[in-house]
Amino acid sequence: MAMTILADDCTGCGACEAECPSHAIRMKGAVCVIDPKKCTECAGVADAPQCDAACPSGAIAKAA
Amino acid sequence: MIKPMISLDSLSEPFDFDKARAGGCASSACGSSPRPDDIDPAVWDKIKDHPCYSEDAHHYFARMHVAVAPACNIQCNYCNRKYDCSNESRPGVVSERLTPEEALRKVVAVANAGPQFSVLGVAGPGDALYDWKNTRATFEAVRAVIPDVKFCISTNGLALPDHVDEIADMAIDHVTITVNMVDPEIGAKIYPWIYHDHKRWTGVEASRLLHERQMLGLEMLTARGILTKINSVMIPGVNDEHLIEVNKWVRARGAFLHNVMPLISAAEHGTHFGLTGQRGPTPAELKALQDKLEGGVKLMRHCRQCRADAVGLLGEDRGQEFTLDKLPTTLLYDGTQRQAYKAFVAEERGDHGAAKASASAAVRETAAGATLLVAVASKGGGRVNEHFGHASEFLVYEADGRGIRFVGHRKANAYCQGGFGVDATLEATLALLDGVDAVLTAKIGDCPREALTAAGIDASDAYAFDYIETAIGRYYEARFASAVSAVA
Repeated sequence: MAMTILADDCTGCGACEAECPSHAIRMKGAVCVIDPKKCTECAGVADAPQCDAACPSGAIAKAA
Repeated sequence: MIKPMISLDSLSEPFDFDKARAGGCASSACGSSPRPDDIDPAVWDKIKDHPCYSEDAHHYFARMHVAVAPACNIQCNYCNRKYDCSNESRPGVVSERLTPEEALRKVVAVANAGPQFSVLGVAGPGDALYDWKNTRATFEAVRAVIPDVKFCISTNGLALPDHVDEIADMAIDHVTITVNMVDPEIGAKIYPWIYHDHKRWTGVEASRLLHERQMLGLEMLTARGILTKINSVMIPGVNDEHLIEVNKWVRARGAFLHNVMPLISAAEHGTHFGLTGQRGPTPAELKALQDKLEGGVKLMRHCRQCRADAVGLLGEDRGQEFTLDKLPTTLLYDGTQRQAYKAFVAEERGDHGAAKASASAAVRETAAGATLLVAVASKGGGRVNEHFGHASEFLVYEADGRGIRFVGHRKANAYCQGGFGVDATLEATLALLDGVDAVLTAKIGDCPREALTAAGIDASDAYAFDYIETAIGRYYEARFASAVSAVA
């Protein structure tokens, strides 16, 4: 299970990258991307995925 | 004709101090301090070069914002940073984001190009303190190269209490906090959510947290002697009257300046307020509220609501001339022009300060009882030095028995751009000048002069290149002196 970033909605502000406790997010070009191998959906760390809580543009979704 | 030019016009030429002086020092009180009597000398020293904190400074000094802080921890209903346009001017809008290294290159290029540069600010496009790593890295890099530049930040205040000590350590003398409410119930209509302490908060709870953190941060800054400006967005029907309460709260906590800004709202901005049809205030509503706030925290009336990547004097934005692709990869900072300019302004300002005082006194004496609203076309230096058709804005002053006071500015679209759509734009300029009694410019053509006269506005270029207050004083006298002597 992992979260993913909808590139069309991402403004590349980097808020998610700074908040991710698993260091699973990095900038790729103008947007952020989540490494699904590292993403834990913040299980055991926080109630909700930190990237989703911090994202100002609603660009975070559950990976299909 | 001599062209006084305290503007960034001369980007590639050396700054010509003789031209800018335009007439030289004629006053016997030359060299006296332009410091207003109600401002402490230590505070004046901090604000005299900061165009936003001192109305006087905004005639001489330029600021630049570097867009190094894209991340934000709050959602405001008037903000959507997704749609950027280089032709838009409003807070939060930028065309290109910079890394701290890129920002340094841009700062050096601007400092070399125009000696007016005095303040470097980080105002987003997100929050300068939530994105503190980038903000700090930028300031540290610039400080190492240009030691005398002033630093300024703008924040929503949520992360402020966590960074106050670092702000003090880095000698950031100026912090602007956006405070739109002191009542969380009202806040809930402005902020849908905040992100704090690893959680997303919504509703009244979110606004209560934000409010508490803003007030705590403000108190901590005041305790450390850091000057604060409070920005409030005036949203009709939501927080307009409430801003009187906000003014009281921030005054009690030592805020230095209060800047009430009109909401900018349009559907095409994609903001919540824009999409739901929330309107901004009219200029008259804004002025009425500002007048009610007089007597509280000192008001800033010369704000131009600039972009998070603005460059230049407040009335202009030369940001597009300094985009990354136009900057050399390596640049050496040359501070000689800026030092010479500072010395020049110190002298010019003493002269200007004395001229201001004597013009105001003359108007008080003439005191025909009438209040005159005068719009002035200026491109900097505190002088009437812009052509009517080239003016991108007018500075508005009130002259009456209390003297001459700056009361605000009105933004225009310069209509003289080669004849295209002249009539339509002239009409817009006339609408813009509604309520104004007179317009003073460096030059005005017969056609617009007649149009102004027909609209009941007297236009004159007889006071070209005078200091603004001197020009208004002389105009006031010419208009009313005969009336007074007739009565006498």
